[in-house]
Amino acid sequence: MISLKPDQIQPVAQNTNTNDGKIRDAKTREDSSRREFLKGSAAALALAPGMTLFAYGEAGAKPAAQAVTNKSRWGLLIDAAKFSDADVDACVKACQDENGWRDNGRPLTDAQWIRRVNLKNKKTEEKFSLPMMCQHCAEPPCVDVCPTGASFKRKDGIVLVDKHICIGCRYCMMACPYKARSFVHEHVEDQKEHAPRGIGTVESCTMCVHLVDEGKQPACVKAAPRGGMVFGDLNDKSSKLAQLIKSVATQQVRADLNLDPGVRYRNI
Amino acid sequence: MAETYRQLREYNNSFNILLVLHVVVIAIGLGAAFYMEHNGHVVTGMNNQVVWGLPHVFAIFLIVSASGALNLASASSVFSKLAYKRFARLSAILAIALLIGGLVVLLLDLGRPDRLIIAMTYYNFKSIFAWNIILYTGFITIVGIYLWTMMDKTVARFNKVAGWGAFVWRIILTTGTGSIFGFLVAREAYDAAIMAPLFISASFVYGMAFTVWVLITMCQATGHRLLTRDVSTKLRELFIIFIAAMLYFTAVQHLTNLYAAEHIGVERYILWSGSVFTWLFWVGHVFIGALLPLMILMKPDFGSSRVGLTSASILMLLGGMAHIYVIVIGGQSYPLSLFPGMEVTSTFQDGVFGTYMPTLPELLLGLAGVSIAMFIVGFALKILPFLPSPVEEDQ
Amino acid sequence: MKIVLIMQRLILTLLGVSFVGVSLLAFTGQASAQPAWMPKPPKAIGGQCDLDPKIMRKTHMNLLDHKRDQTMHDGIRTKKFSLKNCIACHAVKDESNKFVTIKDERHFCRSCHDYVAVRMDCFDCHASRPGDAMNKAAKAAGNPHDKSAGVSSMGKAGDTTVVTLRKFIAGEAK
Ligand code: SF4
Ligand code: SF4
Repeated sequence: MISLKPDQIQPVAQNTNTNDGKIRDAKTREDSSRREFLKGSAAALALAPGMTLFAYGEAGAKPAAQAVTNKSRWGLLIDAAKFSDADVDACVKACQDENGWRDNGRPLTDAQWIRRVNLKNKKTEEKFSLPMMCQHCAEPPCVDVCPTGASFKRKDGIVLVDKHICIGCRYCMMACPYKARSFVHEHVEDQKEHAPRGIGTVESCTMCVHLVDEGKQPACVKAAPRGGMVFGDLNDKSSKLAQLIKSVATQQVRADLNLDPGVRYRNI
Repeated sequence: MAETYRQLREYNNSFNILLVLHVVVIAIGLGAAFYMEHNGHVVTGMNNQVVWGLPHVFAIFLIVSASGALNLASASSVFSKLAYKRFARLSAILAIALLIGGLVVLLLDLGRPDRLIIAMTYYNFKSIFAWNIILYTGFITIVGIYLWTMMDKTVARFNKVAGWGAFVWRIILTTGTGSIFGFLVAREAYDAAIMAPLFISASFVYGMAFTVWVLITMCQATGHRLLTRDVSTKLRELFIIFIAAMLYFTAVQHLTNLYAAEHIGVERYILWSGSVFTWLFWVGHVFIGALLPLMILMKPDFGSSRVGLTSASILMLLGGMAHIYVIVIGGQSYPLSLFPGMEVTSTFQDGVFGTYMPTLPELLLGLAGVSIAMFIVGFALKILPFLPSPVEEDQ
Repeated sequence: MKIVLIMQRLILTLLGVSFVGVSLLAFTGQASAQPAWMPKPPKAIGGQCDLDPKIMRKTHMNLLDHKRDQTMHDGIRTKKFSLKNCIACHAVKDESNKFVTIKDERHFCRSCHDYVAVRMDCFDCHASRPGDAMNKAAKAAGNPHDKSAGVSSMGKAGDTTVVTLRKFIAGEAK
């Protein structure tokens, strides 16, 4: 007989890795990179908190009737140094409010489009946290493996699940290196009208595609304090995002997999 | 020449009881599937870390076995081993039945089984999964044609071609099934080309075990001898070779993984950590599924006796379940490495070993898959001459 | 034997007559007053539908399908044939002045789908009533519903709520 015993839960990291409310001491690193950045772009002011205007170089929203093109490729830059645990949680909350997914008290099966990942450098013991979500890969394994084509990449680089043709096989979840996807394990009610989600299908961060199409910024970006997240067009050399990526050291998570994620990080 | 095959006409009550039992198991399993679909997968043990569970273990086990069940037929038509010709039909129908059983389980575990029509009409040809759907339906068709060439004299001249076709197809099919895992670059347990040959060697063992099990059950049900002493001995020898091959590929799989520094963690988790998977691997797969049957089969007399072959087959099937369980569940349970060199924690089971506890509905659905396969075979035996006719030869 | 034959013929004739009768009823029903057993979809809030209701009745699923692919894959978010807009325009309120969900049998879609016994799975995922914005607009318009008036009063011209909501739908975001 197959054993019906539960598997043991063995956290790899024994100590809970929180950096309770404190911003990591990244001032020095921060300063040097900011200086570099100031040289590169006068738009640095837009890093200031409260920035909500179009900061990504586009003239504004595309007309509703116009199809998206591959002229743009939307991306994010997340500066881990600018996030305390609470800041990440604020982004998570903003995503929940915007997209209607919630905590049902079942952590194993509840969906998480964006989550706080706590990290501790094994050598330096440095602790910090960052928001983790779908990385909107340019070469997304989830799209490659999806049998029906429900997982797809929009021309502008946003990776989505077409829930109309998702059969719920979960192969994409097996394939995603970032654990970005959730399976909807139970009936959902009271969805947001712009964020359909339902039982038996797989979902993940949509980069708030409904807002992006209206020329707005994703909810988490708006909620991130101190300009910790910058949203923009990676293809548009004049966008703040592209400028930043040009001028400061950025990282891709698991860059070794060559998936070219649209979400980049700093100060990991 | 006496007829080689016959339709199942006289049989004792045990056969009827068995059929009824399978129908009951199927009914319960379908009920379980409905329950799962109605409430969502929250009623199963599957979750966002371990996304494939017991139903997938059953499904993959059955699909892998399906290809192996064709062994005796292939041996007779492709490799001209005439001793097995008598079992060719049974072997082919069993292959089809096992595949159908596995597919039904796979289908009923989908998040949206009601979208079967989408699974059949929307294809992403980059997806190995989509290719597998084609491989599976193709397998049923080709083996069906192969059966036809075996049973209808007017098309018998195509038998060789069909036999080869089925043989090649089954190898591709098992390679495809193995590749479902081999393609997952980010999952450390799977990222290996060895998955395909490993699955092929495993399919030989499990498929043959199913065949022998069915044959011996039919001996019981008809009260006739279906296996000559000669064939029993050959089966015994084949089993020994196949088990050895499977053990070899399993060893290679783990040794190459141990050689690659980044995979040591997952190997340690499965091979020594003392997790469920360590037990299932060493006790289930290696001891019960391979060493114990080897010990039985190594004894020439007992190993080729009815009791010896039956017990060895059942042990191999149990070990096979453990084997696939370790591959499917163990591989998922090991956390993804998002930030090498960092300790990772989150509320989404980052950095921890994923938990999975199968629930009753999953088990019932899986068992229904086995019963579907067995029922199809039993039913087929009754309506067409698939069964080898009894041998008169004395013990 | 003969009796059986006669019986058969009798039954067939009866069936035929009743079939013709029902069809006639159905036709006349459409032309004039509806018989009680016909579905009565509630009136929409907005004015003109995207297409003639007669065409909508037959083709709405194809139109919605087509639009869904455009929106999903190309980000085309015009209002025409968008499910979101259909839901807003065809929203129905209950006695407590709230928009009903698909769970309520008075929901616009259900008023027909129940009758023809066609399952839709749109609302497994999609919201089946207008979102917060429209709710707010409705609240702001005041005019709590007369309990006795119930659902049907949604479509009454001159009802201030309807007027406000109509404006809301017309001006509502892309
Ligand atoms: S992060 Fe995962 S879900 Fe997102 S695009 Fe990449 S592979 Fe797909
Ligand atoms: S679960 Fe849905 S999106 Fe993911 S691979 Fe399967 S069909 Fe595609």
